[in-house]
Formats: sequence, C-alpha cells, structure tokens
Amino acid sequence: MSLLALLGVLSSAIFSGTSLLYTTLGEVIGERAGIVNLGLEGVMLVSAATGFAVTSVTGNPYLGILASMLTGGLMNMLFGYLVIARKANQLASGLATMFFGFGLSALIGSSYVGAKIDSLPRVLFPGLGGLPKQYTSQFQFDLLIYLVVPVAIGVWFLLFRTRWGLGLRAVGESADTAYAAGRNPNIIRYQALFLAGMLAGLGAAHLSIVYTKTWKEFMTAGRGFIAVALVIFSKWHPLRAIAGALLFGGAVAFQLLLQASGVNVSPFLLDSIPYVLTLVVLMAWGGTRKHSAPASLGRVYHGSE
Amino acid sequence: MTILTQTRNKISLLNGKPVRVLLRYLVIFGVAFVLFGVILWLAGKHPIEAIRDMLVYTLGTPAGLSEVIVKMIPLLFTSIAVALPARVGLINVGAEGQLYIGAMFAAGTALAFPQLPAWILLPMMVAAGLAGGAIWAFIPVFLRARGLVNETITTLLMNYVAPTIVSFFVYGPWRARGTASAPQTVDFAEAARLPSFFDTRIHLGLVIGLVILAAYWYVMKYTRWGLEMRAVGGNQQAARRNGIRWTTYLILAMCVGGAIAGLAGMSEISGIHGRLRPNFSPGFGFTGFLINWLSNGDPIGILLMSFVIAMITSGGDILQLKQGLPFAVLNILLAITLFVVLAKPTLFERKKA
Repeated sequence: MSLLALLGVLSSAIFSGTSLLYTTLGEVIGERAGIVNLGLEGVMLVSAATGFAVTSVTGNPYLGILASMLTGGLMNMLFGYLVIARKANQLASGLATMFFGFGLSALIGSSYVGAKIDSLPRVLFPGLGGLPKQYTSQFQFDLLIYLVVPVAIGVWFLLFRTRWGLGLRAVGESADTAYAAGRNPNIIRYQALFLAGMLAGLGAAHLSIVYTKTWKEFMTAGRGFIAVALVIFSKWHPLRAIAGALLFGGAVAFQLLLQASGVNVSPFLLDSIPYVLTLVVLMAWGGTRKHSAPASLGRVYHGSE
Repeated sequence: MTILTQTRNKISLLNGKPVRVLLRYLVIFGVAFVLFGVILWLAGKHPIEAIRDMLVYTLGTPAGLSEVIVKMIPLLFTSIAVALPARVGLINVGAEGQLYIGAMFAAGTALAFPQLPAWILLPMMVAAGLAGGAIWAFIPVFLRARGLVNETITTLLMNYVAPTIVSFFVYGPWRARGTASAPQTVDFAEAARLPSFFDTRIHLGLVIGLVILAAYWYVMKYTRWGLEMRAVGGNQQAARRNGIRWTTYLILAMCVGGAIAGLAGMSEISGIHGRLRPNFSPGFGFTGFLINWLSNGDPIGILLMSFVIAMITSGGDILQLKQGLPFAVLNILLAITLFVVLAKPTLFERKKA
C-alpha cells in the first residue's frame, strides 16, 4: 500500500462525505425545530434528479445546483404541510415522502439516464502547488467541498448565535413555551424545514452533478437515512456533524482501501460497511445521547388557542 | 423515545358501516389516482390511457387477475409483519431486510437437503424462513428495549445490509456453476417448491398467509395477549404499572413480525422463483408498511388493501411495457395514497363514534 493509494482513498472519502455532511446539517436544523424527517432519502433523490436534468438541459452546473436546492426545499414543504398543517405522524409522513421521492425521481430522471454533463471545475487545494503531479491530482476539489465546512460553521452560528436560532431551538424544546414567548412555532418549523431541504438539495447536487456526474435510480443508496443517524451521533450539533461525516467518509474509504489492496473479501460484504458502522456507532452512543435530544422532537404541535 | 407513541392502536373488524368504509377507501384511491394522473400528464404522458391500461390488464383478464393474487401473497405477510409490532407501538420499517434474510435461510435449507421428501423439507424451510426473519428483527428490537437506539432508524439501515449478505452467498458459495451468466443458486429440488393451484402461479403461500391473517385477528381480538399488547402500545407506563412485562411484549411482537416477513421471503423463492436470486424483492417490505398504515392494522383492511396495492404494483409492469415509464414511478401512486390518508386522518377517526 503506497502513500499515493492512501491519498487516493482519503480524497474519495472527502468526496463521498460531502453530500452527507450537507444533508446532515439540514437535518440538524429540522430536528432542532422538533421535526424528524425520514423522507430525506426521497428529498435527496428528487433533488439529485432535478439538478442533474437542469444541468443537462442548460449546460450550466450552477443552475443545476440552484434547481436542486429549490427542489429540496419544496419537497420538504410537502412533508412540512403533512406534519405541521395536517398534524400527521412524522415518521409515517417521512416514509410517505420517501416513497414519493423514489417514484418522482425515477420519472424526472428517466430521460437523463446515461447523459453527460459539464461539472464544476476542480481547483487544487491551496498551498500544495509544489507537490509532484501524481500527488496534486488527489487534492483537486470543487467549490462545494471547499464550502462545506464554512456552511457547517454558518449553521452553528445561525442556531446558537442568532435570535432566529434561539426561537427555533425553543420551538424544538417546547412549542407551547415558544408560543407563549411570542413566537409562531408553525412558521418557524416551515422555515427550518425549507432551509433543511435546501441543504439536502445541495448535498444531492454534489452527489449527482459534481461527484458521480450521472443519474441513476436510487443513487443515494440510503444516504438520507445515514444522515438521520448521524444527527443522533452528532448530538444535534452542527460542528460534531463534521466528525460524523468524516466517519462515514472513512468507512467508505476503508471499504475502497480493502478492495484496492486485493484482500479476499466479497465486495458485497464490503458494501455493507458504511451501514454496519453507522449502526455500531448508534449503539455505542445510545446510552449517552438522551439528554441532548430536543425535548419535543417528533411531537405534534396542536396549537395553543 | 416519545416519537413512537403516536401510533394508532385500534384493532377492530371494521366497526362502522361497511358501506361507509368502502366509500372512504374509494375516495382515497380516487383522489390518489387523479393526482397520479396529473403528475403523469405534467410529465408528458397519457394519464387516462395509462390508468385504463393498468385497470384492464389487471382486473380485466383471468391471467391478469391471477398475477394480482400472486403479487398479493408476499404483501399479506409483510403487512402483518408491520401491523403486529405496530400494536405495541413499534415501527417496523425493516420488513424488506427480514424478508431477504428469511429467504436466505430457507434457500440454505433447500440447498443443504435436496434429497428430503417434501413433507419434511417444506416445514423445515418454513421454520428456517421464520427463524431468519426473527433473528434480523431481534437486533433492532433488542436495542430498542434496552433503550439504546430507536428501532425505526435501525430497521431502515438494516434493509441495506440484508441484500448484500444475500448477494454475498448468491455470487459466492451458492452460485450455480457453468449455467447462465445471471448469478443465482441452482434450481431447488421439486420437493422444495410450494405447490401451486389451477395451472397458475398462485401457490400454497396464499393459504399460509390467510391462516396467519386469521390467527392475527383472533389473537388480537380474543386473547389476553392481544389485550396486553394493545395496552403496551396505548400507554407504556400504565401497562408497566399494571404488571405487564412490556419489554417481553416489545421483543416478542417484533420478532414474530420479523418471522412472518421472513416467511414472505421463503414463500416467494419456494413458490415463485424456485431458486435464490439477488434483489428478488421489488420492495415488498416497504409496501407492507404502506398497507398497514392504509388499513390501520385492521385484518379485513389488510386483506383488501393487499389486493388493491397488488393490483397497482402489477399495473406498474404494464406501465413499464406500454408507456415506457420506469417501474419505480408506481411509488408515486402509493405515496399519494398514503399522503391522502395522512392528511385526512378524520376519514378513519370518525368511525370510532
């Protein structure tokens, strides 16, 4: 195992972790407002398909990313209508959104399977210009990767250093109290969900437009669910979510490393490593995480009239 | 852990007038079909033609109708696999994974003892399928009962693990040598096949499924277990203070549910395929979840909804053939149906009065 191969694995870990981190950040915002969205898998799929289709039609990846974000926000509004306005069960509504996303993304993407698109340019990581070429090629990242950590810090600032974030967290802890303090829980929840959907759309855009540059059905392969799991792992904190995404990226990297080194293990079992690792981490964190969950996560707000 | 206590816990044999219940279902599906048609129209397809094709080719011909019943068999199992844990307030979204592991255990049994007669081999395969599903369901419910992880997210994630294990065996040790390029196990012995009826593909799994449905109805309605399970699902603390061992019920309900999902896998590979293939299930487990929510856990509702949903999914094959739509598009129709139910829960609540 050469240094070069290790770097290659690291590089692909960063690429595969980025879409997950955006999605996880979105879900942190949503859950801080008290809403669990199991429909993320479907939201991501529809965003990925829409973003890819727009990029393919217009030839402009930036428009595709924008379309993907808007789609994510709108999909979450659909989910939000069910759980906020109709006061439906969040888990079942999330799964309904997931089904909807499976179908709608297949419909949107069906004429773009195998299409070729222009992607974002990749720029060498600053300060590494002096390295030999085979090394620098491992550090060519795109705009969305460079932006992901600043976005995480931005989400942290939004949640913990602004009045809006304070109101949002209050709604997640106790919607009635927040209402008594003069906030409108329903509007805050819609705002949180829209923002969460846009971030999920950004993650999906990175997956389909930038990283894989293809569209295929079910391409997110459970990333939406892993994002929900990582929110628990990160104890509903945006900065710890970075560690969670690195962990997942590391799992993917480990899987690629094993495959590359020719270890005699079935590739199918290696494929399950990210899911198994997520499960193990959830178990290990299980006992300690209870105090950090927003108190009214998953509860329906019936209004305070 | 409070997320899950909102599950509805009514078990009833259609209380309320049957006509009204039927009318409600007609309204739900009517709205769903119209919205589905609108989406198809927006996508530039011919909605009326598509929906007509779906109805004509499934209900209009004997062959189509028998295929609907074939598709309904696994859905009967998987919807009970979701309904039973739902009675104690558990959300089992892992029927898909449990189905795969059940099928894998059953296939292992069939491949290990090809020379046994059918009257020994088939019960062994049933037992293996039950065991496989139960084992796969035990992991998440054990973690839940210990208060470690919510079972919804674990069952969802385990759905992605189960097919990789099946693929490992089918591409690896169990792969048939020399024959077709498609990876699959060797064909099962004739003794390992569930018999089928009337020259169709309808097989004995239908009878097994109906028996399990009847048992589910009887246990829930007339036994102490059913009452205590509803108590656990209704108010966990009250149940605990009344001396009901609720963790036992959580684990039992989930494992029995998982076992039934495993049986769905066994009946599919033994009754239909006759061998184990990777990715043989087109989401039967997820569809079972949907059916349980549509029918509210009601046994007759499960039977009716399984039939209707089976009709819709067989319609998916028609859409794929005649309109060139991807099969997954069917999920839109299923999702809209669930949206309508979720957005209008009063359609069901009112029958309590």
